[in-house]
Amino acid sequence: MMNKQEAIFKYLVRLGDCALIHGHRLSEWCSRGPILEEDLALTNMALDNIGRAQAFLKYAAEVQGNGLSEDDLAYKRDERAFYNNLLTELPIGDFAFTIAKQLLLSVFENIQMQALCKSADATIAGIAAKSHKEVRYHLTHARDWTMRLGKGTLESNTRLQQAFNQLWMYTGELFEMYEEDAILNKQGIAIDLNELKTPYYNTITSILNDSNIKMPVADYMQTGSRKGIHTEYLGHILSEMQYLQRAYPDAKW
Amino acid sequence: MDTQLDLWEVFIQGKSGGNYTHAGSVHAADSNMALQNARDIYTRRNEGSSIWVIPSKYVVASNPEDADMLFDPANEKIYRHPTFYVMPEGAKQI
Repeated sequence: MMNKQEAIFKYLVRLGDCALIHGHRLSEWCSRGPILEEDLALTNMALDNIGRAQAFLKYAAEVQGNGLSEDDLAYKRDERAFYNNLLTELPIGDFAFTIAKQLLLSVFENIQMQALCKSADATIAGIAAKSHKEVRYHLTHARDWTMRLGKGTLESNTRLQQAFNQLWMYTGELFEMYEEDAILNKQGIAIDLNELKTPYYNTITSILNDSNIKMPVADYMQTGSRKGIHTEYLGHILSEMQYLQRAYPDAKW
Repeated sequence: MDTQLDLWEVFIQGKSGGNYTHAGSVHAADSNMALQNARDIYTRRNEGSSIWVIPSKYVVASNPEDADMLFDPANEKIYRHPTFYVMPEGAKQI
């Protein structure tokens, strides 16, 4: 059975890892954006995410209290100790795939961060308030692009539809609650993810309807990240992200 | 030919109440995208509190060949500069 300290640690790592891995994925667009303006937009969002990851992981390291830093958590942890939602670790694909992924995440984060602003833990509430401003922009950006691609050409609509179809089975996991949620919800530190489901799917439905995209269906929802079980893609990101600290431990510049 | 999207001119206001100054241009398909692109490119380091975007095609520019007709006559008319007045004592900004 988890104690309260362990529960807060895992909860923070979950929040931090989602931002870290998604931020890393977005940074892969650097120099590869469809136009220069979009290249900068995606990498700006990558930086927002990495900043959020730093804030949550720093607090996680403080809670753990064994002298490790947010950098140790990001660059020296093994794959099985990462708790980001699977959706974040999927490869960036083409631009439509990235936009679909960004929309599915931003709609969630928008209501998640808004709810976390009321967390009984003042640090979590503070990070959430700052993040919520950033996420509102990410959502606007993703929603506008979803409409443009969806209502654009047959090619852009088809690619976006395929992206949503492929990503849909990763949305269920966003709302999964685990041991740490049960402990922290009682104390008002965490939020009840079940309550976010209806507003989430309502918002997505309305945006997809407005964008000429059919609602995807999934036979089952993919799961695993709450237990540290990931897709084959996370190991590859980590090997790239952690290369320097693994090859030259404690390297500094 | 420019195969990118339409060009927009970007004006950034640094502080509320201040002038909007030309920051540069962006490519965008519509006004929303132009505002977002301008935000992402020109206000990343806290430069702005407000943005204007204007389609570049609506900018009317003077012809460089007319420069002597337009601007040379202003030369040597130093009486147009307020430099003949004595600065009042204690005035810090003139």
